This record gives sequence, C-alpha cells and structure tokens, in this order.
Amino acid sequence: MYFDSVSAAIDMAGHGGYVWSAYFISLLVIVYLLLLPRLRQRSLKLQIAGELRREAHAAALHESEGPTVTSPGEN
Amino acid sequence: MWSFFHKLGSPPWLFGIAGSILRWLVPITLIALAVGICWGLLYTSPDFRQGNSYRIIYIHVPAAVVALAGYYVMAIAGAVSLIWRMKMADIAMKSCAPIGAALTFLALVTGSIWGKPTWGTWWVWDARVTSMLILLFLYLGVVALYEAFDNKAAASKACAVLSLVGTVNIPIIYKSVDWWYSLHQPATIKFTDESTIDPSMFYPLLLMIVAFYGLFTCAMLMNMRVEILARESRTKWVRKLVGG
Repeated sequence: MYFDSVSAAIDMAGHGGYVWSAYFISLLVIVYLLLLPRLRQRSLKLQIAGELRREAHAAALHESEGPTVTSPGEN
Repeated sequence: MWSFFHKLGSPPWLFGIAGSILRWLVPITLIALAVGICWGLLYTSPDFRQGNSYRIIYIHVPAAVVALAGYYVMAIAGAVSLIWRMKMADIAMKSCAPIGAALTFLALVTGSIWGKPTWGTWWVWDARVTSMLILLFLYLGVVALYEAFDNKAAASKACAVLSLVGTVNIPIIYKSVDWWYSLHQPATIKFTDESTIDPSMFYPLLLMIVAFYGLFTCAMLMNMRVEILARESRTKWVRKLVGG
C-alpha cells in the first residue's frame, strides 16, 4: 500500500474528501446499474406468475361450473 | 452467418444466451472493478503535480470512455432497428440509454469533484465539459422519448432518429481538447504515438476501462432480458419459464 496508515489513506494529504466522495458516488452508480434490472426482472416475473395463477383459477372455476352456466344469448 | 442473425432476432434465444454470458461476465466484472478500485485508490503513487486528487482518474476516464462508446452502440442499434425493423435492435437501443446516462452523469460528477482541487472550480463551461453535458441530455432524451409515446413503433423510430443525429456530438467530444482552448489536458494514452502516462498509472487505468466496458455490457444484457420478458409476457415460452 502507498499510504503508511489508515488515517493517511483517508486524509490523502488533504484530498481525501474529494477522492473518497468520488469513489462513493461511483459505487452507488455501479450498484444502481447492476441491481435495478435484477429487481425489475424479479417483480416482472412475479407479476406474470400472478397473471398465470389468476387465469388458471378462472379456468378451473369455469370448468367446475361447467354446463350449468349458460349465457343469456344461448337461451 | 445468416442463421446467426436469425437467432439474434429470436427473443428466447437472446434471453438464454444473455443469461449464460451474464453468469460468468458479472463475477469477472465485479472482480476487475474491485481490484482496479483498490489499486487506483491505495496502491499507486500520487501524481507529482496533482497529488492524490488525480486518483479520481480511475473512475472519471473509464466512465467517460464507456459513455462515449455506449453511444455508438446505441446509435448503431438504432440504425439497425430503423433500417431492418429488427425488434431486438430496438430493445438493445432502449437498454443502452439509461446506462449511458448514468455513466455520463458519473463522468460529469467525478470530473466536477476533481476540478475543485485541480482547477479551483466545480464547474467550467469548457468545450469538453459542455459537449459531455449535451451527451447526457441526448441519453436522457432517448429515455424520455420512449416514455412519451404510447405507440411502441413510433417511439422506437423517433429514438433511433434522435440517437443517430446525436452521433455528431461524439467526434466533437473527442476532438474538443484539440479544437478549442480547454482546461482538459490533451490525450495521454495514444495508439499511434508513445503514451505520455506512466506505466504504473496506465495499467490500473486500463484495467478500470476494461472493467467499465464489462459493467456496461452486463447492465445492457440485464436490461435487455427484462425488456424481452416484458414484451413477450404473453408468449408461451415466457409463461413456461415463469410457471416452471
């Protein structure tokens, strides 16, 4: 390591505030870029799974009621 | 060759191949970023004129380089979607825009932080800074334009045209330090000449540039996968994938 101590690395001869804040913001941007699509994909999959469940439920309901259900047009 | 293009146009194939690339590209990128950040922050010696503030270079330059390269990717994808009406090219273009905006923002912010101890000011209307700001607006413009249209085909056409027109800005950014008087230094890494950057600073910088290219690619593939899922949510293969 170039610096003798942790405090020297933090201070960076007076430039620490600039350097560390720039790196901190970079870290936030990197996390944002890699995490956001992952979260969006997860919520999208949940949403599609929910739709599938609802459709399956509706189909099952339709089947169980079966021939007793007649639409007004059929009478 | 043609069968490759055919596959490229197939959403399930692209979704799958992007997934298998991401499986190894994400860990490699994260390791490269971690090594590059530690190397630049703690293991290189300070610049003899700028002191420690120069360490921001390891973020600033890679972010700016990849933000520019990303614009080309977006514009080329835009051209392909405009000419051949390829759906996947449209998805690629849409996926690039927010990443490019984030990286351009990062380049501007880190540049501003670096400018304070070096130039004595947070912001200056220098040719390169101004043209980078225009790049940010172009990226944000593409993002906003997509949202502004209800009709997907019209949105994609408008965004492709905007990104193609915006390419004019890229050579201006590259050449801004030669064409105008600028506070930015001229290029120190050269392909045709000997570079004027010390090797001890060059290697970590090179690693960070490669890592940022990896970051862009990972984020783009992830965004494309989400977009493919969203557009194909009613198809059989997506339902099978989600339903298990």
